Amino acid sequence: MLTLIVQRVLLSLVTLLIVSVVIFWATEVLPGDVATAILGREASPRSLERLREELGLDRPAFERYVDWLAGALRWDFGTSLARQDQAVSELMGVRMRNTFALAGLAALIGLPLALALGVVAGLTRDRLPDLLVSTLALIGQSLPEFVVGSLLILIFAVQLAIFPAVTLVNADAPLAEIVPSMVLPVATLVIVMVAYIQRMVRSSMIDALASEYVQMATLKGVPRRRVVLRHALPNALLPTINAVALTVAWLIGGVAVVETVFNYPGIGRLLVTAVGDRDLPLVQALGLLGATIYITINLAADLLTLALNPRLRTMARP
Amino acid sequence: MTTTTAAPSAAVTAAPSALRSFWRAYRHAPANLVGLALLVGHLALALVAPLIVPHSPTALNADQLLQPPSVAHPFGTDRFGRDVFSRVLLGGRVALAITLVSAALSVLIGGLFGAAMAYLGGVVDELAMRFVDALLAIPGLLLLLVIVTALGSGYTVIVLAMVLSYTPGVIRVARAAALEYVPRDFVTAARARGEHAFDVTIRELWPNVLDVLLVEFAMRASWMLLAVSGLSFLGFGVNPPTPDWGLMISENRALLALAPWSTVAPMIAIASLVVALNLVADGVAKAAGLDRSRGGPV
Repeated sequence: MLTLIVQRVLLSLVTLLIVSVVIFWATEVLPGDVATAILGREASPRSLERLREELGLDRPAFERYVDWLAGALRWDFGTSLARQDQAVSELMGVRMRNTFALAGLAALIGLPLALALGVVAGLTRDRLPDLLVSTLALIGQSLPEFVVGSLLILIFAVQLAIFPAVTLVNADAPLAEIVPSMVLPVATLVIVMVAYIQRMVRSSMIDALASEYVQMATLKGVPRRRVVLRHALPNALLPTINAVALTVAWLIGGVAVVETVFNYPGIGRLLVTAVGDRDLPLVQALGLLGATIYITINLAADLLTLALNPRLRTMARP
Repeated sequence: MTTTTAAPSAAVTAAPSALRSFWRAYRHAPANLVGLALLVGHLALALVAPLIVPHSPTALNADQLLQPPSVAHPFGTDRFGRDVFSRVLLGGRVALAITLVSAALSVLIGGLFGAAMAYLGGVVDELAMRFVDALLAIPGLLLLLVIVTALGSGYTVIVLAMVLSYTPGVIRVARAAALEYVPRDFVTAARARGEHAFDVTIRELWPNVLDVLLVEFAMRASWMLLAVSGLSFLGFGVNPPTPDWGLMISENRALLALAPWSTVAPMIAIASLVVALNLVADGVAKAAGLDRSRGGPV
């Protein structure tokens, strides 16, 4: 068991290392380096060379990669290109708080809701409640985040005027001041998230209900409620842990779109701005951050599944 | 995976009847047929759109700004006085073309690579899978944006970025599906005949993972369409003034209260296309006997 955990942790670290190489390589070695990004494509070769020397870009790529990674470990990603006087880590700090609050709240509301709807749909397979939930989920799954967000703005901000359409407070305002403008973005994330997770819970619930141990329990005369809660549900939830981790990957990307729709001051919108400015150090830092969060959550999901499933624990490589 | 007992060559020689039985399984559910009809309708409209648009999609008209729907402009006009109906008709073409090309490339490359890794195994497979896992660990849109930052936006770059972001998932699925066939006798026989790994992959493994790949194609196409329109919405996809649904929504969103038609029309267009893709993907998966509900929009 312990070797299995150590193995998983090491594997995640290796993955993270490769990710860092991919991100560094994609943004540094490919055409258009930092110097061209600052001076523009029409800059004279001489001034480009001078700036490259100044920034240390004339050193071998491997050396620069090691420096960058060592800096990242100390939470130092250099200075932003678009906003020359600001450190990348400084730009990220308070916006990370805002995004974590947003995504955390969405997960806190969305996960239980998705589980409940999935279980209900699974239990009433092909009957009215299921058809209703599944149809809504299909629609939710087919609407891009920016469409859901814009529709919510149309209904709740324009027509009913209950919630603000966009965030107007500064990024570093106290969280309490930001909360009112979090309602619609959180609702957008919840809608899309529930549409996906509900589906997975429904299908694993149906699998569990069709299994032999549930039939056995039913034939033994165990009450339906107990069969569902004690026999089917725990087994149905196990495979969804990984599905939830997968959805987090979407959440990290989707947050960029949702924050842009609502002008919410988080790292998602920061990333979109950074890409528009070709602010390479900032894009690198945010890319590495997103991947680190995702890998960590995946690792946690793996370990949780391992801890909850006795069958996996005894296998060498599940 | 239901026909695990079928002879490997049967899949190739009996293609017409396999197709017919697949169609029989597919047409069973009404939702599948609705999805297919919607999808065919969308594709047909995208093809003939340039021939039937009533107005130029890019012609500015200063005295026709933000007109509500009328006979001349069935979906009204936008804030530049452009005909929304014509723009909606044409607005799916670029996104659809990018999606179809990227999905086809992903499935082709991912399918072949995954099957080859399953056959080769060993250190090569192990190393390649580490790399695939690393690419999978970069959330979809994040990788797209990193690539767009590095290479600038443009249709070729978007296709490249899509293929890079979505192929790793296909590789994983194809490898898992092909692993089931690697220990079979017909693969061993091919190896014993001294056939090259490439030939074994293409002639013995590829035909057997085709059903899985078809499902992957339909599934990834729906995610890719969402991603392409997301990129356009953020300003890194289709360039103005080319009509595009994602771009139209981002351009007219600020006028949602004043002229909802200019935003709602492209919304309905995009949603109906993705619903169609999702229904078809579901139907194809069920007809092929696979469960496609286990996966996020990665």
